[in-house]
Amino acid sequence: MHLDHSHDTTTAVSADAARPDGTRRALRIGLGGPVGSGKTATVAALCRALRDTFSIAVVTNDIYTREDAEFLLRNAVLPPERIQAVETGACPHTAIRDDISANLEAVEDLEDAVGPLDLILVESGGDNLTATFSKGLVDAQVFVIDVAGGDDIPRKGGPGVTTADLLVVNKTDLAPYVGSDLGRMARDAQDQRGELPVAFTSLTSGEGVKPVADWVRARLAAWSA
Amino acid sequence: MDTTSTHGASPGAARAALLVLADGRFPAGGHAHSGGAEAAVKAGRIREATDLAAFCRGRLHTSGLTSAALAAAAAAGADPLALDEAADARTPSPALRATARKLGRQLMRAARAAWPCDALDALAAARPRGAHQPVVLGVTARAAGLGPEDAAHCVAYESVGGPATAVVRLLGLDPFEATAVLARLAPELDQVARRAAEAGRRALTEGPGTLPAASAPLLDITAQAHAAWPVRLFAS
Repeated sequence: MHLDHSHDTTTAVSADAARPDGTRRALRIGLGGPVGSGKTATVAALCRALRDTFSIAVVTNDIYTREDAEFLLRNAVLPPERIQAVETGACPHTAIRDDISANLEAVEDLEDAVGPLDLILVESGGDNLTATFSKGLVDAQVFVIDVAGGDDIPRKGGPGVTTADLLVVNKTDLAPYVGSDLGRMARDAQDQRGELPVAFTSLTSGEGVKPVADWVRARLAAWSA
Repeated sequence: MDTTSTHGASPGAARAALLVLADGRFPAGGHAHSGGAEAAVKAGRIREATDLAAFCRGRLHTSGLTSAALAAAAAAGADPLALDEAADARTPSPALRATARKLGRQLMRAARAAWPCDALDALAAARPRGAHQPVVLGVTARAAGLGPEDAAHCVAYESVGGPATAVVRLLGLDPFEATAVLARLAPELDQVARRAAEAGRRALTEGPGTLPAASAPLLDITAQAHAAWPVRLFAS
């Protein structure tokens, strides 16, 4: 079931690109952001968009165990053995940044059980604007905010908005109803992020998750190149 | 006893390494575990600082002592695989056995990055799904140039520090009060660690069967129930 570890095998520490047997591991992409911004819905949409082309698994970090994992299961975006929930002891940011042990164990277990995998999405528990993923856990991170959370969030910045490899501004269809100025959000985001990309999405209309899925495809192409 | 440490320190001579290993920020997965405190809070057995003190005292003298002695024996150089079996025999709850192995596997990753050595590699190879956490901790302590007392102190402290931190999060208990609870337990922690270290040394010559086998039946029972809760904040 498990791989043969010899004594002189290099310790498989977090960000190593190779698995203990020498094969290249899956690309790991983290999705963080405030509660209710649409992280789980984005993960579900990404799975639907990419699952026919790539071998995918998901790790969820619920604040309350298994809610997000069960949403994904109910919506049958992936078979159950490809979804694993990690408990975070009331501190979701700790589990993705300061002590990533349980998440690393989950990604390794998924690769052992259902691999080889191309992509593992690691969804953080809903947290605040300072939550970011450790580079020891993920290769790239997406920060998901939404227009209903206030159009001043890009201006406020914070590590998630400022440094994430992709900023997703979700629920654009709600902008007229909550008085959010998408143009202002785009300008503020660019001021904070410089060249780093921003995707505006509405998962319920238009092209849906496509801008995010395209970005993930580009990262996958770069990872396997 | 000689040491297998790759760093050349004699056992027990290192101090700073103990601080690194015992630090609550040491990234070995412990933050997601309450040591049974979540179940006790839910049942109303922990409501305030005095309840926390009683809970911690009970855990320290039962599973705390047993775990500390296992760690001390491993730090003294006893066979970790025999100790792993001894740990299984002393952990009647399947949920707690699974938790101990999960935490052992997570500690192993941090330990191999912090103090790489053959002894940790060998244990990881023999138990790829994780050995019991106190056994891994003892082998880690030895690799870091620490001795049986150090390993026992570290595990004894973890046995109460984990629940105290968890209760601060679960109840919003005043963190100063929680820390005061730990400080007042310090003399008992020292006693338990000394007993555990003596037992660990004895196990080196007389075998792991002589190690303490204290347990807390209520912790075992509530751990089984907790593992089946559909909604919980802590993994154990």
